[in-house]
Amino acid sequence: MTLYQYLALATLVFCIGLFGVLTRRNAVAVLIAIELMFNSVNLLLVAFTRYISPDGLVGQLFAVFIIVIAAAETTVGMAIVLLVYRGFRGIQVDRIGFLKW
Amino acid sequence: MSQYAYLVPFWPLLGFLIIAFWANRHHQFAAKLATTMIGISWVMSLVILWETLHAEQPLEMTFTWMALPSMLTKAGWTLSMGVLVDPLSALMISFVTTVSLMVHIFSLGYMHGEKYFSRFFEFLNLFTFSMLGLVLVNNYFGLFIFWELVGLTSYLLIGFYYEKWTASQAAKKAFITTRTGDLGMAIGLLIMWTTAGTLQFNEVFAAVDSGVLSGTTLTVMALFLFGGAVGKSAQFPLHVWLPDAMEGPTPVSALIHAATMVVAGVYLVARSMPVYMASEAASMVVASIGLITALMAGSIGLVQNDIKRVLAYSTVSQLGYMIMALGLGSLFAGTFHMFTHAFFKALLFLGSGSVIHALHTNDIQEMGGLGRKMKITFWTWVIASLSIAGIPPLSGFWSKDEIVATAAHHPVFLVGTLVVAFMTAFYMFRLTFLVFFGEPRDHHKYDHAHESPLVMTGPLMFLAVLSVVAGFWGMPWLSHGFGHFITSGQGEHHTPSILLMAVATLVALCGIGLAYQMYYKKAWSPDALAARFQGLYRILYNKYYFDELYDVVFIRPYYVLCDLLWTFDMLVIDGLVNLAGWLGLAVAVMHNWFDKYIVDGLVNGSGYMFRGLGRSLRFVQSGRVQNYTFLVAFGLLLLVIVQIDLLTLLTRLFESTP
Repeated sequence: MTLYQYLALATLVFCIGLFGVLTRRNAVAVLIAIELMFNSVNLLLVAFTRYISPDGLVGQLFAVFIIVIAAAETTVGMAIVLLVYRGFRGIQVDRIGFLKW
Repeated sequence: MSQYAYLVPFWPLLGFLIIAFWANRHHQFAAKLATTMIGISWVMSLVILWETLHAEQPLEMTFTWMALPSMLTKAGWTLSMGVLVDPLSALMISFVTTVSLMVHIFSLGYMHGEKYFSRFFEFLNLFTFSMLGLVLVNNYFGLFIFWELVGLTSYLLIGFYYEKWTASQAAKKAFITTRTGDLGMAIGLLIMWTTAGTLQFNEVFAAVDSGVLSGTTLTVMALFLFGGAVGKSAQFPLHVWLPDAMEGPTPVSALIHAATMVVAGVYLVARSMPVYMASEAASMVVASIGLITALMAGSIGLVQNDIKRVLAYSTVSQLGYMIMALGLGSLFAGTFHMFTHAFFKALLFLGSGSVIHALHTNDIQEMGGLGRKMKITFWTWVIASLSIAGIPPLSGFWSKDEIVATAAHHPVFLVGTLVVAFMTAFYMFRLTFLVFFGEPRDHHKYDHAHESPLVMTGPLMFLAVLSVVAGFWGMPWLSHGFGHFITSGQGEHHTPSILLMAVATLVALCGIGLAYQMYYKKAWSPDALAARFQGLYRILYNKYYFDELYDVVFIRPYYVLCDLLWTFDMLVIDGLVNLAGWLGLAVAVMHNWFDKYIVDGLVNGSGYMFRGLGRSLRFVQSGRVQNYTFLVAFGLLLLVIVQIDLLTLLTRLFESTP
């Protein structure tokens, strides 16, 4: 497999994630889509490290960091979603307009 | 005592002030106080008269009142004030206080129960003060001040019943008419001041003697000065106020119109005798005015029906006598008649007051037969009437005889004088017969009539005695009598003429006889006579139409002028004021519009503009996270598509220049 195939796959996953973020109304689904975008980036990091500097482990290290941070981020996000649900009796993002003017 | 002469006017002034400020509500006290004050003045003036009779020369006390440094061309001027006690002023104060005292006592009874009892006495005191000041002061300026004070107080007294329309009108008429004459007097004083440079009596007379004041200037000045006398002494043509002034209370008529105010004019002429003697023309005018007045007023008095009006015209006529005598150059005759007239005319007025008090009417056609009921009033009245008619040996006879003797050298004046004497006798006895004799015409009023109390009849009796004896002082046979006294012994002594006395007495008796025939015996009917000379009767009854004439000539044009000025004020002056107002308003409206639409418009417009901007921009802030995210992604995509190398751009931006 070549680098380009990895890049294409990562781009595809990123676009699917972006699409999910922009189109899903369920906040939990949005969080899941964000996870997809994280993972496409992780894929890129690992792929670039493998093909550009195979002796180092910098990319893998960053990928592990991102996975940890993503887990923490998802936890915070889920907490917010729960709180929103308590306040609004629902988590549809298009209905939550309290940032509106 | 003469050096304290300034105290004579002081007492009535004190009385006036006390009543005016402290005793206004204590009627009986005020009246007695006022009478006491006049009494003190009376005693003082009698003593002064006695001293002056034996004095070698007049006493004059002067002090500088005002002194100003050089004003225009003259080297400064001074205005002096002072008191002059000479035979004339001593005589004046003595009879002024006598009559005033009698009037005060009479008023105690006559005005009893009046609502403004104390105010009446207050004014009487003020009036007496003014009159005493007028005759005592030693210069024309002071004389003018007191002259105006007399005018003011006469206004107050004539208008005493000011609630009555006719009384207030009469007061105004008296005030304005005399003021017309006073204007002339003021002009005369100004001429005197500018030519002679002084207003002191003796200095002015010295200027006349030395020729500083002479010729036409002197004549004009004398005539202007006489204008004041014409107004005050009710001479033709300014006599119209005096008969109307009878609207005042009767004691006021007795005081003002017999002995004080109206003789002020006579006093002025008598005081200024040197001035008039120096001008032939002026003295002739004075004498003519006097005669015209005497004839005119006497003839009006023949037909009037109001008892007080008859007396008023009689007064005017007698004043004309005095003025005429002075104009003919006889200080003796003029002042002597003024002296005797004061007593019998005051007596007549007070007697008429007593009658009016009893009957409550002024109309002689409603009187009659009162002689039986009012004995004292009747007898004193008869004495006064005989005196004024000129029957010897009463006082009026002697003074009238002097006037006749003075006029004897001028045929016209002699005839005029005798005609007036005849008319005087006639109208006085017309009154006497109608009021006191015959049958009562109004039985209701007659039944309620009664003699007045002693406080009123007392003054009548006192004045009656004076009316009898006052004339003996001036008998032509006396070498040191009145004439010697008043002229300070400088001649004017003429041989008494029995013929003239007899003629004068005969004329008076004719007048009385005619009145007796017409009104007592009723041998000749007055009505038939009136019908026969209807035109003449009507003219006399309407007082020669003087009031109507003045109404047409002066009052109506004056009203028209007032109307014109009023219209001018309304249209032009008010128009200008209103125009200015409207212009201001218009400018203000424009300002308002500008402020409202331009200034406020700018302020509000900027507000609206930013609000509109905000309104359109706020739709960007939809509040949907996905929208924002979409925009971010879209922007990123855009950057990728247009291939902007952001990284290079940023690096270049922070690159240090080689």
